[in-house]
Amino acid sequence: MEFFRFKRDIPFMSWGKYTTAISLVTFIAAVFFLVTKGLNLGVDFTGGTVMEVSYTQPADLNRIRGTLIKLGMADASVQNFGTSRDVLIRLPAKADMSSAKLSETVIAALHADDETAELRRVEFVGPQVGKELVENGALALLIVSLGIVAYLAMRFEWKFGVSGIIANLHDVVIILGFFAFFQWEFSLTVLAAILAILGYSVNESVVVFDRIRENFRKMRRASVAQVIDNAITRTMSRTIITHGSTQMVVVSMLLFGGESLHYFALALTIGILFGIYSSVLVASPLLMLLGVSRKDIVKPEKKPEPEAVP
Amino acid sequence: MNRYPAWKYLFIAVSILLGLLYTLPNFYGESPAVQISPLRNAAKADTGLLNRVEEALKKADLPTTGMFLEGGSIKVRFADTDTQIRARDALQSLLGNGYMVALNLLPNSPQWLTSIGALPMYLGLDLRGGVHFLLEVDMKGALSKALDRFSSDIRGSLREKKIPYAGLDKRGSLIIVKFRNAESRAQAEAEIKKNYPDLDLREENVSTEFHLAATLRPEAQKRIQDAAVQQNITTLRNRVNELGVAEPIIQQAGADRVVVQLPGVQDTAKAKDILGRTATLEVRMVDEEHDLSAALRGQIPFGSELYSERGGGPLLVKKQVVLTGDRINDAQPGFDNNNQPAVHLNLDNSGARIFQQLTRDNVGKRMAILLIEKNQAEVITAPVIREEIGGGRVQISGRMTSEEARDVALLLRAGALAAPMDIVEERTVGPSLGAENIESGFNSTLYGFAAIAVFMTIYYLVFGFISVLALGVNLLLLVGLLSILQATLTLPGMAAIALTLGMAIDANVLINERIRDELREGMAPQAAINAGYERAWATILDSNITTLIAGIALFAFGSGPIKGFAVVLCLGILTSMFSAVMVSRGFVNLVYGSRRKLERVSIGQVWKPVTNKR
Repeated sequence: MEFFRFKRDIPFMSWGKYTTAISLVTFIAAVFFLVTKGLNLGVDFTGGTVMEVSYTQPADLNRIRGTLIKLGMADASVQNFGTSRDVLIRLPAKADMSSAKLSETVIAALHADDETAELRRVEFVGPQVGKELVENGALALLIVSLGIVAYLAMRFEWKFGVSGIIANLHDVVIILGFFAFFQWEFSLTVLAAILAILGYSVNESVVVFDRIRENFRKMRRASVAQVIDNAITRTMSRTIITHGSTQMVVVSMLLFGGESLHYFALALTIGILFGIYSSVLVASPLLMLLGVSRKDIVKPEKKPEPEAVP
Repeated sequence: MNRYPAWKYLFIAVSILLGLLYTLPNFYGESPAVQISPLRNAAKADTGLLNRVEEALKKADLPTTGMFLEGGSIKVRFADTDTQIRARDALQSLLGNGYMVALNLLPNSPQWLTSIGALPMYLGLDLRGGVHFLLEVDMKGALSKALDRFSSDIRGSLREKKIPYAGLDKRGSLIIVKFRNAESRAQAEAEIKKNYPDLDLREENVSTEFHLAATLRPEAQKRIQDAAVQQNITTLRNRVNELGVAEPIIQQAGADRVVVQLPGVQDTAKAKDILGRTATLEVRMVDEEHDLSAALRGQIPFGSELYSERGGGPLLVKKQVVLTGDRINDAQPGFDNNNQPAVHLNLDNSGARIFQQLTRDNVGKRMAILLIEKNQAEVITAPVIREEIGGGRVQISGRMTSEEARDVALLLRAGALAAPMDIVEERTVGPSLGAENIESGFNSTLYGFAAIAVFMTIYYLVFGFISVLALGVNLLLLVGLLSILQATLTLPGMAAIALTLGMAIDANVLINERIRDELREGMAPQAAINAGYERAWATILDSNITTLIAGIALFAFGSGPIKGFAVVLCLGILTSMFSAVMVSRGFVNLVYGSRRKLERVSIGQVWKPVTNKR
């Protein structure tokens, strides 16, 4: 079986203007939603308490809200989680109620109201811990980015490093934009997914860059655009298949992984989709924009390597 | 060209075998068990105890499925959780307070696997249920306590040397000693400098008074804080032991935080209660010089505090602490001579000396024994000292029930916290949710793997099948490696296993596409296979190292679940590189390498464009 039969190289680079425009628009839209709506930060980051309570019957959310209001927790949010029998209760962090006893009070009240109420999960995070996580998360993002740029600059050339990381941060910003637009909960595991995508998506750019480097050595008379077009075309089927397989696993996670992995898998899904796009249609035009040339790869002082003979 | 030397095949075979061996224990599951370990060093888990346990279980008619002595504790397996719980209760009442009898789950893997160190992966709390606490040590509190100790010591030595002083105050992080003249201040300064090298001294003149301000040196502060965290960890360990939890984790996390993980704990309220208790004992003298009725009207004399005695009237007690609970070696509930419930204390050497001196100097006076719990002090008893008490054996009795006596003894035995602690993070996962999480993690990996396997085999035929085999080896090696390292598997970790599977196939796709490419260019099959592997290698290396960078950063900056994810991701990258390059090549070499005349390879259709470039 074979999916792709490209007679000629696809002129990706001549589409550069359009693809750059599209990326720019999505990027700006993502930034816009991030700024206007902001991320719906989970309890990991904001501090507060999250409780998952399960009932044997479909839960009556209004009654649960009533019980909580009686306890003086009017600002609690109550919603279904997964099934109609599972309820997620969020209690924001309060300065005057730092005690972790909170969850006990709540579950005792709910249990008194309905005996089948069973506590399945509690997460309480102090505001200070949340703040540190935000700092550590941002630091991790920075270190990963710098590490990748440094590695690419070392293995290839600085222009590759810069365009690679811009393309990848583009993916990250777009995932964040999705989370802001739909107000999906942004938790610690989602952050892990985003950092994994950063590694994964650069992986993608590297495969194309690798081909570009090889083509510069092989295709001596071709223009830079032709070199890049050929590299992308030739790696196209691999790109699609790889992403397809990873996507299959991630979809399997989305379907069978349960609620706990839902947003994690969702972040990966978006990341993979945009990873294909960005590595092909963002990284490479950027490379041209930065003015990559054969001289960057085939150093003039060195004799050009003879083509590898198998 | 496509042949491996024998050692390479051997190497691959050995690694697959090891992977299989160490993955195996994960499939045996776990059986309910009871773990018996001695609480103090005095009691030992030995064959004698093993016999006692065996007899007790036989007497209670509780059938076991095996018991053994391991690492200072006895573990007994049962067929079902019902017998397990009954056995725990029976054993606890037989063995008493000296032993911790805890419910546990033991892997069912056979003896020969355990003996080569093949153990199942250690499941995190989100997969097995339990509680996780992150506690923060209140460093200000620790320093303030230390300053309190210094103040009372300085007072003591000034008095001993008969240096006159006009008062001693604690202001924030300062201890201020007041003097009437510069002469006695100079005397005191020399004395304090000699005896307390941890203090920095500064002379201050406030109007007509001569002050000496003492602060803790920075290095002393750091030492006190480190010691506070260490003592708190020890204390927590004692308290957790009283809870009877198998394999608890109590670790320092960062400069001032402690992680406590209690797998399988259901009753989180009780756990929190016991962890949070800050019971400590203080012995002080009763202030009998001042008027109690004046104090009750609000004129509490300087240097004293007003408390009420348990079940009795109000009492003026001096602020100065003579002895604290740190000096207690052991505390046991019991009865006094009048058959009233009491707590028997055993003091350490210096505690015994202090107590002996105190009782010698104060015969006929009253001393007060205070129990401080959750920042609330209560006088348990305030007996009149009748005679000198030596030997460090002290008995506290005073209107308490035997239940209370047991609680007090437990809390005193568990020791005092060096500084108060706050719960800054709490995560609880119910056991049923844990089981569900395992299942969903397992299912997503399984179906993801199946989907990839079907697709690869259809798309790349024999080469696809070999890729799937390599992917299977990758999974085997990854799980084997995680089991060997005894890394804690969490739900994000399971997600990482699934994700690395998806990503690992990338290397195989790169290789297979590259071989097709070379075939398309008209290369001979054997040469194409060789070139495909050789040329894909550089790309695989580059792309995996970048992902590895991300993984390492995640490990370095992540905490808890993220760390688990990162460990699996990093290991997965390493095993996938090995399996995609070396193992799959090994299979290909076995299938195709020996054929001298290879006309075509089964790698799916290789379509050649009509117009060839170049």
